[in-house]
Amino acid sequence: MVALLVACVFFSLNNEQFLSGGNFSLIIQQVMVVGTLAIGQTLIILTAGIDLSNGAIMAFGGIVMAKLAADGVVPPLVAIALGLLVCAGFGAVNGLLVTAIPLPPFIVTLGMLNVVFALTHIFSGDQTVVNLPAPLTALGGTFAIGDTMVTYGSLLTILLFLIFAYLLSQTAWGRHVYALGNSPEVARLTGIRTGRLTVGVYTVAGLVYGIAALLLVSRTGVGDPQAGQTDNLDSITAVVLGGTSLFGGRGLVVGTLLGALIVGVFRNGLQLMGVPSIYQTLITGVLVILAVTVDQLSRRRIS
Amino acid sequence: MSSSSIRTVGALAVCTVAATMSLTGCGGSDSAATGGTPTSVKVGLITKTETNPFFVKMKEGAEAAAKAQGAELMTAAGKFDGDNAGQITAIENMIAAGVKGILITPSDSKAIVPALQKARTAGVMVVALDSPTEPQDATDALFATDNLKAGQLIGAYAKAAMSGKPAKIATLDLAPGVAVGKLRHDGFLKGFGVAEGDPSIVCSQDTSGDQAKGQTAMENCLQKAPDLNVVYTINEPAALGAYTALKAKGREKDVLIVSVDGGCTGTKAVQSGQIAATSQQYPLKMADQGVKAVVAYGKGGAKPSGYTDTGVTLITDKPVDGVEAEDTAFGLQNCWG
Repeated sequence: MVALLVACVFFSLNNEQFLSGGNFSLIIQQVMVVGTLAIGQTLIILTAGIDLSNGAIMAFGGIVMAKLAADGVVPPLVAIALGLLVCAGFGAVNGLLVTAIPLPPFIVTLGMLNVVFALTHIFSGDQTVVNLPAPLTALGGTFAIGDTMVTYGSLLTILLFLIFAYLLSQTAWGRHVYALGNSPEVARLTGIRTGRLTVGVYTVAGLVYGIAALLLVSRTGVGDPQAGQTDNLDSITAVVLGGTSLFGGRGLVVGTLLGALIVGVFRNGLQLMGVPSIYQTLITGVLVILAVTVDQLSRRRIS
Repeated sequence: MSSSSIRTVGALAVCTVAATMSLTGCGGSDSAATGGTPTSVKVGLITKTETNPFFVKMKEGAEAAAKAQGAELMTAAGKFDGDNAGQITAIENMIAAGVKGILITPSDSKAIVPALQKARTAGVMVVALDSPTEPQDATDALFATDNLKAGQLIGAYAKAAMSGKPAKIATLDLAPGVAVGKLRHDGFLKGFGVAEGDPSIVCSQDTSGDQAKGQTAMENCLQKAPDLNVVYTINEPAALGAYTALKAKGREKDVLIVSVDGGCTGTKAVQSGQIAATSQQYPLKMADQGVKAVVAYGKGGAKPSGYTDTGVTLITDKPVDGVEAEDTAFGLQNCWG
């Protein structure tokens, strides 16, 4: 939070364009895809898991929606629904492999990353899908708040964050997710059906990736088989910057939103200052290490 | 004279020059009339990646041109080749920063189009460098190598170098659905005078223009057709990979490798005889002409349009009759990377 404020003040002092409603709206548009993926990632990391396949699942979902709709196989809204369903399905398969066999989440999602990446390229024939029907790009439309244009997609992203913040903090399901991440054994002994809960978390995460796919398609206006190749690590970056522990059981989904915004603010602010993108990547790396260091040191002081 | 007095004299000289300039400026030029410092034209350059030597050279060309023209250059790139979303983000940020024009090497020729339309609607001139968009008129202009011609040159060279011997050709290509790769491949076949599917083409493999993948592809081709004798490669890294594979089989002396790019590493490989000939292209020129076009537009000039060929030259130390070529000394002077 402090880092975000400091960065914003710094960039406003350096560039008069930074501190405008239009530019902030732009930053939210730019982080909404990774931010939404990071919601699913947060859920999984809270259970002490990890998901390397989310960007690939999103890319596949996007291609399914775009291709089915553009080729007129099914009506656009049905194509969107099928895309969401496919993503939720891949999430469920991840969850089942993690619980039923059981396999480490890292391995399962690493395998799934490759499987889904390949399926995306096979299904799309390596062709970008263009000329999408209107419903697929509707979320890219804008409405005005004052003289700032905001996209519906940005609004949906913020809404999703609020919904999951509520679910995690105010419902029994949310408390169970934290309990599972803290100690699966204790969670089981208190009567939580941990297997079913885990599969549920991965499936819900998959559904959220599907929404990210729709956001991506609406933002870019095309179905792109190359999309999302670094989004798995970018979403983990947002989660970590947001203060969620990779060991599970501790963290907030609102923190993830801040984490995603920090990356977005740095990229946009440095670009406006004219800093080449390779330095933006460098700074993101330093930020991650700094954020976790500060987090660890403050925790040590408390204990 | 002490160093401080030199500085004083220097400062005085600068002041005098500045004063003279502002006095002559009073004659009624625009910048003097508006009073404030004239804002320089902002130019955006978006490459596929930051690290590929081809784009490093392109950036160098853009920086030099921007300096000479008094323009301000902003650069950005995708995180990997094919990172469409990253290029879109860069376009949005550059529009927000108020650039007059964007020069872009599109990672995905189709997927970038909607974002470019947004930029042009916002009054930003867009020029594609190196590779066209699909459709090509999604940008105001295209400054690029004629890739078909680049292929044709090495095709004609290979045909002449074989001097009538029956050819068994392997093509190490780029990737499916990428225009640059297809144009060079088709150009090569056209130059060599064989049609796609001709029995003399014994092996075709994709390499993504990567050295390790080029080596693997060549190894597989040698398994399939041990007696192949001509290798077309999409670029020089793939060519060097192929050379390594041929050398392992002891075939490096009697197989002819031709390539496209003209990078410095590749040109040196031509000099040492690993590659017989390569078609050299000029990324620096693309960027230089692009920056100049944006500055001209920013100062009230017209937008460029259509396609501008930035040139291609065949580089070899073993020239053949009927195919115009330059030697590697020329190639090394003009190479990139």
